[in-house]
Order: sequence, then structure tokens, then C-alpha cells
Amino acid sequence: MELVAESPQLQLTEQGQLRHFLTVEGLSKELLTEILDTADSFISMEQQSIKKVPLLRGKTVVNLFFEASTRTRTTFELAAKRLSADVINLDISTSATSKGETLLDTLKNLEAMASDMFVVRHANSGAAHFIAEQVTPNIAIINAGDGRHAHPTQAMLDMLTIRRHKGDFENLSVAIVGDILHSRVARSQIHALKILGVPDIRIITPNTLRPYDIESMGVTVYNRMIEGLAGVDVVITLRLQNERMQSALLPSQHEFYRLYGLSADKLKYAKADAIVMHPGPINRGVEIDSDIADGPHSVILNQVSYGIAVRMAVMSMAMSGQTTQTQSNGDREANS
Amino acid sequence: MSLWIRGGRLIDPANNIDTVTDLHVRDGKVAAIGSCTDNDAPAIDATGLIVCPGLVDLSVSLRKQQKNSISRETRAAAAGGITSVCCQPNSSPVIDSASVATLLQDLARQGGFCNVWPIGALTQGLAGSQLSEMGALKDAGCISMSNLRAPFENTRVLLRCLEYAASYDVTVFFNAVEHALADDGCVHEGPYATRLGLKGIPETAETVALTRDLLLIEQTGVRAHFGQLSCARSVELIANAQAKGLAVTADVAIHHLFGTDADIQNFNSLNHIQPPLRTETDRLALQQGVQEGIISAICSHHQPHEMADKMAPFAATEPGISGLDTLLPQALKLVASQLMSLEELIARLTIGPARAANLKAGSLGVGDIADICIFDSNKNWQVSPSTLHSSGHNTPLMGSNLTGRVQHTLLAGRRVHPPRG
Repeated sequence: MELVAESPQLQLTEQGQLRHFLTVEGLSKELLTEILDTADSFISMEQQSIKKVPLLRGKTVVNLFFEASTRTRTTFELAAKRLSADVINLDISTSATSKGETLLDTLKNLEAMASDMFVVRHANSGAAHFIAEQVTPNIAIINAGDGRHAHPTQAMLDMLTIRRHKGDFENLSVAIVGDILHSRVARSQIHALKILGVPDIRIITPNTLRPYDIESMGVTVYNRMIEGLAGVDVVITLRLQNERMQSALLPSQHEFYRLYGLSADKLKYAKADAIVMHPGPINRGVEIDSDIADGPHSVILNQVSYGIAVRMAVMSMAMSGQTTQTQSNGDREANS
Repeated sequence: MSLWIRGGRLIDPANNIDTVTDLHVRDGKVAAIGSCTDNDAPAIDATGLIVCPGLVDLSVSLRKQQKNSISRETRAAAAGGITSVCCQPNSSPVIDSASVATLLQDLARQGGFCNVWPIGALTQGLAGSQLSEMGALKDAGCISMSNLRAPFENTRVLLRCLEYAASYDVTVFFNAVEHALADDGCVHEGPYATRLGLKGIPETAETVALTRDLLLIEQTGVRAHFGQLSCARSVELIANAQAKGLAVTADVAIHHLFGTDADIQNFNSLNHIQPPLRTETDRLALQQGVQEGIISAICSHHQPHEMADKMAPFAATEPGISGLDTLLPQALKLVASQLMSLEELIARLTIGPARAANLKAGSLGVGDIADICIFDSNKNWQVSPSTLHSSGHNTPLMGSNLTGRVQHTLLAGRRVHPPRG
């Protein structure tokens, strides 16, 4: 039996629509496809001179970043604005809110200001889940990255990138390279690839950066690039944080680059038309060679632009689901 | 003062008794066992009920050394049929001086619901660097010394602690944990930790420390007890040590006999405990260890928290489960599932822990102190804020139905549950 760490009910309405977006795990192929299709429609809209749609007009979106981020926050902000929402950005240092009480107080205050959606990034795994379940269930919560757990919008923009370049998922081999242990992106990507039907998902990493029993998520583990990259259609490299060298997980950046850095001599083992992806920001010469990052296989900048469309899709879908659910809860209370 | 307990099924594993009989309590002690002929004597009708020694709980956290807090939690113990609790030294303040140990017992006596036996800190402030005044702590009533899960500065400090403890016949309670391996993990290192992105604590964090500790115990000859084993291999290590003749005993927290790492699904912080809930294999091995007597005690590992302490993302919540109220009915499930007899189970809740801690408790022989638990093994009840006596409502059992409810608890012959008045 498939192991389930999170039941999907929390993020869905009674009709199965998205009302929060906390994790990819447990969602249906149909729902993920709906997100991709909706995002596609927003991409074509981006070509037009007026980029705004009124889907979130009159709604207030609060970007709650308990952990620093520039790129993700900016794309969320742009996405919300293109949906005509009012946007508030709050950068709250993690140290000031390490106590649960402070986090609760912050959220309750924002709820009292009639916010409609929280986009949450937090250093603790499960933070977005906690807020959706126990703090402000009537506000749509979008997880913008929680600890090592999940980064579902990043995973979905990666899926969109793959679909737009490879057509479908049914016959693909996808390799994820680098620090899987600390990566919320990798976990969400694995769930998404699995649900969308990718038959061959590979992890290429030294054992120090490999999460316990990651195989149970449906991946094959490789320690060596040459074997892991053989014949793949998609190569996803992950960012390597500097502090991994301090905690005895790796000897040096140099050694990591030699063994796991994506360079031309390794990429040649992948299919000739393989695409190369990276969630950013890139450490050139550490996990990826500049020639590859800027080369013909790279779709890294496409990922960034698709990020806005995917976030627009998720935000509009969750807001619609949350509004429906809240109304039906309200009707039920009125009738009882 | 004289009281008869009439018609109950007396189960007293320490004296190998399991029979329907009357029990006579006089002046706080067991005066006689056998039929009562005086129909007018003050009596408790225990027909259809189990009469056993009051339970002995080796691991209870009282958190704050304040009169109302101690009174509330010892009241919960009495309601759970527990008449002796061993109090963890990590209270505020830490039990590392005779005066703190004495104060704790004074406050507990004023409440009067249950015996509270302090466990002294093995090192000053539990800081792991300097020996505590074990002689004074022992004289002040500490039944053992422990550093709990706090780290030692190095293995030499641990060795000195054990040598010193052995000099004064001090029992040392161990919670085996190798900190460098546990790191700041919060759940079992397994597939659930991987999926939820929570930092795992490998099984070896316990077994590596346990192996080292057993070697040091052998070297120093100290009398030792291991608290809250969490994995199958620990049971095996303890069994091997016992087979070699080493004087070691062990207990398990009730949660580890029923929970696994699957219970952290959906980031359920009510199942955030230390050591963490592990696999189904581990759970079954712990049950078997209890059945075979390798693990001679089951404890509540009671850690009452305010709900605010659980209202945060998983890793930021306080670990621990409130367990005094539910220890006995939970444990009775082991009998219902035919893993062991009721007599064997009661041994693990009474004489087993009493012997591990060298307590004069857990036995109802004539002349013994009349600490008595009388319970209905068939009574159903629902765990709810109104049925719990502890201030801690942090239990994953909230809302569930349990079978087995304490009807009367006597402390030295005096009724402490239900309270008079």
C-alpha cells in the first residue's frame, strides 16, 4: 500500500477543488493537469499588452515570508497583482517569530484585517499545514516553501516547463541531482512527477545528502552521474548551500563539482535533446557549469517566467475554492 | 482506622496472588487477607472489580515545582490508580540539591494524593560537566539519579558519575541518547520523516549510547535502569546484558507500545515525543520485551503541556504526551489483545517498577503499606477535557474510547480517589 504522510482533505473543498495549496502529495493527476492548463492560459495572456485579469479583484493577498526570499516573493507579488489583488508584503525575521505564540498573534492580527490569502514561507516543515489546519482555516494558504518539506508552486512550474518542452510525461526519464536531503523542491518535484505519470524518476546524490528511504517515494537512487544521467530527458540540478561543507556532509565545493556538478562531459550521457533545469539561484561552477546554465539545453530562464503563470493559476484556483467552501460553511450554519 | 475491601479480585503479583477475597486495611497497612466476618465494619464494595497494588510510575514530569501544579498532577495520578510517581529532575528548578528534593516532597505531601519520589540530577543543573551532590540527594529522598536526555560533556564525565554513584549504592536511570546522532531531530528517521521533511533521529542515536552505557555499567558495577526504550535493537541489547548477569532493568513509555511513526502523519504534534515513535517492528518488539519481562516496567512518561506549547509547526512544539490519566486503560489493551495475562500486566505496573527503583511499594502482603488501586476492567469511558484530571490535555487519545476505569485509590489506607467532599 502506498504510504501517505498527509491526507489531501485539508487542502481541498468538499467538491475536490483546491482551497489551500500546501503540498503536491495526495493531489490527483486531474487537479495537477488543471493547474498546468490554467497556467498555460495565463502564459498566452502574458503576450497581450494588458496583462491583468480581475480574478482576485477586491481580495487581499499577504506575502508572509518568515524566511528571506527575493525571487519567489517577487513572482508571487507579480502574480497577485496580475490577478488584480491588493498585495501586502511582510518580511518577518525568523528569530522574532521562533515562538509559536508570536506566529499565532501575527496571523490572527492579519486575519482580523480581512485578509483573503496568505502566501507563506517558513523555515519549519509543516508551517503552512499548521496555519491552514489550526490557525486561519478560512484564509486560503499558499505554501511558498516550508523547511525541507514542500515547495509546491516551484514543483508545478517545473512540471509546466517539462510539459511545454517535452509535450507529456508518460515516457520521460527525469534525474534530480544534488542535495536532496535538505531540498523541499526535490520532495515536491518527486510527488508531482509521480502523479503526472513519469515512469523513471532518478535521484543522483552522495549518501550523505540522500533522505532516509527516499526509494519509498518511487525513485531510483544513483551515486554516480554517468550512470544516473544515462539516457535521461530532463536533468534538474539543485542549489547547494555553503553550510553543507561545515556539517561534514561534503568535503568541498570542488569535490562536489567534480563528482556532481553538471558539465558538458557529464551531460553528454543524457539524451541529445535533454533539457536542464534549476530552481535558482544558481551557484555557477558548483552544481552547474556556466556553459551549461547559459547553453542550448538550459531552460532555466523559462522556468522563472512560467513561475508567474503557475502562481497565478494556483492563487486563482485556491481563492475560488476557498470562497466556495466558506460560503457553503456559512449557508450550513445559517440553516442549522 | 480500619477498612475492608470486600469481594474484589485481588491481584498481587509480588505475592503471587490472584483470587477473589477480602482485604483488611488498618492504620495504613495491609492487616489481613481473607473473608471479612464483621458485616458492620467500614467497607468498600469491590465486587466485580480488580484490587491491586497502587501503580508505580517511573517517569513523570511535574514541570513546575509549585504547590497547585504538583497538587493537580498528583491528583491526576491518584485518579489513574497511581500511588507512586518518580519525578524527573528536569523540573523548574532542577532537582540537583537536597533542598529542592525536600521541597518537592513537602509540596507533594501537602497535596496528599500520591507519593512523589524525586529522581536527582546526575550532574549539576543537568549540564553534564560536574557531579551532583549524590550523597545529599540520596539522603533527601532521591531514589535514583539521572541526566535524562541531557548530554554529558564527554564520556569521561559519564564514567566518573557512574563510579561515584556506585560508591554510594545510587541507582542510575539512563535515557540512552547519543546527541551527535540525534542532533536536533524531532521524529524517527523513516519514510514519514522523509516525506514530511522533518529531521529524523536514527535508531542508532539510542543503540550506540546504550551499548556504550552498558559497557560503562559493567566496568563500574553501578546499579542501572534504562528508561523509555524506543526500538527493537535496544530490547535485544538489554536482553543480552541481562543474560550476561548485568544488574540492569528497563522500562518503556506506554506510547511506544501503541504508537508508530505513522502517527506523525499530517504533522500531528500531539505525537511529537522524545524518544520518537518508531516503526511497527519496533513497537512489536517492545511489546514482546514487556511480555517476556526484559522490560519490567511500563511508565506513563507523563509530560503535561499547555495547548499553546503544541500550537506551532511540528518541530517547534514541545515534545511530550500527558499520560497519567490513561496509563492503566491503555496498558489493559495488552491483556485484551492476549499478549499477556492481567497478573503479568499488573506486575509491570507495580512490583516491576518498584523493584527497578528500589521502592517499598507495589506489594500488598500483610504488613505492607496499603497503597491500593481498585478498578473496573470493563468500564468504558471517553477521553475528553472533562474526564482528564491532569492539567495537560496534550494527548493523541483525546476523543477516543478506552476500557478500564479506576474506581478507588487508597494511599496508605486513605482514600485519595474519588476525593472526599
